[in-house]
Amino acid sequence: MKRTFDIVLLLTGGLVAWELLHLAVPFALTSPAGTAAKAWSMLTSAQFWPHAAETGKAFVYALLLAILGGLAIGLGLGLNRTGAEVAEPILVSIYSLPKVTLYPLILLIFGLGLPAKIAFGTIHGIIPIAIFAMNAVRNLANVHFKTARVLRLSRRQTLLTVVIPGALPEIVSGLRIGFSLTLLGVLIGEMFASQRGLGFLIMNAIGLHDVPTIMATILLLAVVAVSASAILLWLDHRLHHRVA
Amino acid sequence: MSARETRRTDVHAEMRGVTRVYGGSGGSAGVQALAETNLRLRRGEFYSVIGPSGCGKSTLLDVLAGLSRPTTGEILFEGRPLDGRVPDGVGVVFQEDASFSWLTVADNIVFGLRRTGVDAAEIARRLDHALRLMGLVDFAKAYPAQLSGGMRQRVCIARTLVMQPRMILLDEPFGALDAQTRLIMGDELLKVWRETGATVLLITHALDEAAMLSDRIGIMSARPGRIIEEIETRWPRERDSRIAANAAFGDITARLWSVLRDESLKAIRQGAGP
Amino acid sequence: MTRIGFLRLFFVAGFILAVEALCRTGAISPRVLIAPSDMAVRLAWLLASGKANADIAETLGNVAIALVLSVSGGFAIGAAIHAFPRLRRAIDPFLASYYALPFFAFYPLFIVLFGLGRGAIIAIGFLFGVVAMIIATLNGFDRIPPVLVRTAAIYHMGPAAAALRIKLPSAIPYLFTGVKLAIAYSFIGVIAAEFIMASSGLGYSISYAFNNFDNGTMYALMLFVIVLVTVVNALFYSYERRLMRRWGR
Repeated sequence: MKRTFDIVLLLTGGLVAWELLHLAVPFALTSPAGTAAKAWSMLTSAQFWPHAAETGKAFVYALLLAILGGLAIGLGLGLNRTGAEVAEPILVSIYSLPKVTLYPLILLIFGLGLPAKIAFGTIHGIIPIAIFAMNAVRNLANVHFKTARVLRLSRRQTLLTVVIPGALPEIVSGLRIGFSLTLLGVLIGEMFASQRGLGFLIMNAIGLHDVPTIMATILLLAVVAVSASAILLWLDHRLHHRVA
Repeated sequence: MSARETRRTDVHAEMRGVTRVYGGSGGSAGVQALAETNLRLRRGEFYSVIGPSGCGKSTLLDVLAGLSRPTTGEILFEGRPLDGRVPDGVGVVFQEDASFSWLTVADNIVFGLRRTGVDAAEIARRLDHALRLMGLVDFAKAYPAQLSGGMRQRVCIARTLVMQPRMILLDEPFGALDAQTRLIMGDELLKVWRETGATVLLITHALDEAAMLSDRIGIMSARPGRIIEEIETRWPRERDSRIAANAAFGDITARLWSVLRDESLKAIRQGAGP
Repeated sequence: MTRIGFLRLFFVAGFILAVEALCRTGAISPRVLIAPSDMAVRLAWLLASGKANADIAETLGNVAIALVLSVSGGFAIGAAIHAFPRLRRAIDPFLASYYALPFFAFYPLFIVLFGLGRGAIIAIGFLFGVVAMIIATLNGFDRIPPVLVRTAAIYHMGPAAAALRIKLPSAIPYLFTGVKLAIAYSFIGVIAAEFIMASSGLGYSISYAFNNFDNGTMYALMLFVIVLVTVVNALFYSYERRLMRRWGR
């Protein structure tokens, strides 16, 4: 419970710093109280929810695709030594590409709308999930695979009862990063070219110099992202603890 | 040498009523690693501490080295109480590989020496001597990664040696090595001990190692550990691992085990150890 | 060349050739994607004409400044956080979810703070890179073998000497990971910021070409960014490999 106290302390410190920054540059930054009030009025307004739903829908689809695709690529390559060695540097360099550059390509393929946003979110999230899953499988002790063979498990049984449970802690670490980057990808997609969604709201507000809306939208996103991340982090720690 | 010989029975380091409790600051009891322990090391002797796993052997070494403070009691080195720092003249070799992977063997060995204001010629002389003594001459420019575990531990011993410590503490230094390498390393350690005249305290869990190398052996109880018995071996100063063929070796090992067996059983029932 | 290297080259070359073939046969419309060879020709022409030089210089300058700031700042902040375990545990969930936030939205704030020039863009690049470096520094310091820290005590080393002579080299593999991520994120931050809100720089030029249906320029610049990032990464990767092989990590 000391930790909860520390987190509250840290948040309080952050709020104080925010307030001070607000007092220093009042026009660039809404105060914490003002932002919270604005966020509340957005949450209770009718216009907000269609945008949130739009972003949420794109995000859920993108995340599902990133997870399924990332695990398929990662587990497949992880089980194949040569494949993993060939693919690793390629995956790592794709991971470090500024994917915003690829956005025009995505738009030209999918056109403006939901599919483009989903695709953009997916290309952000899929690579880290694949890299973590691949390395998790590669790092599994060889004796586990030998045991599976001694127990005469089929390939499917080996995958389901040995590979995935053994690699799970690392896979969850990858999901944590994939989660964040997928959300970022969807939001950037909406900011660059979209008529709906939270990214569009932010971009619109930037155009209108509507600082309270920018801040309130980011605050709401931050609350969602930090909560989801905290849950995944907790799961991550638990799984790693169990293995270690 | 003669001055040192006449003072051989001097007390070099002493633990008086030392205990160590871990944790337990916030109202909880904590874990007692060391029960009240008394230990006197004679100047220039080779003393081994043996005990079941988890009994607090390493805690005893940490406290004696000044790496951690005792909860109660007092530690004297050369007549002066420790002040919470590692005193000058004490060298420590750990079980884990403590060589710096980013430095060559030679740079590893003189790492501590460079920090003491010893002049370059003297550094070169001591380095050369240590390389020779530990059989590392051909590896001076190699990086630790290119060496075997045994060779890396030699680097760590050499690094301790060049500081010319008057007391060397070793925490299961050969624990990670294979059985034959351990025997060889034991012989090297005896050579270092004879050559430097330093007092040596060796922590070990291996009966044969303790019996073969030591002048005296302290047996520790299961946790919370304390020294429950001391055995004197009366080996000649010139000795090596071939002493295992001596009939007395079997007697000493048997006496060690007769005390240690009960304590090891207790330790296993405590659920301690690896 | 090793078999693995050959296979890698085979796949990459095969992929490019397949795209080339699909474009040449008209299976992919030039309004969507132009052939890789056309991109290369167009890029060569663009570089030779010097038209893009100012944008390239500006973007690279921004990335370089953002990178230096985020690596040095991230290391210092990470080392400081690591010294306070309670702060560190409290801050963990925030660091972990940091990359889900679109900082571009803070652009108006940065314009007020840093003016309407490149300062605001660099600030975004820095914000993107610095947290990767902080996380890497924390990871690296976590994994320093305790025996090395105890060795520092044996040699009576103070906290600063121990950090510089023992902790930094010991944590170096993780710091390298941090630098690699900081390179990637600085590029992402700067180019994305230029893309969405600047009026010059590579990101802006790509976005401008897109809006004007100038696929030739757009794909040439995209190719430039991709090749540049890949080359920078490859250089750093090979330097790291050489060092790590010597140290045996």
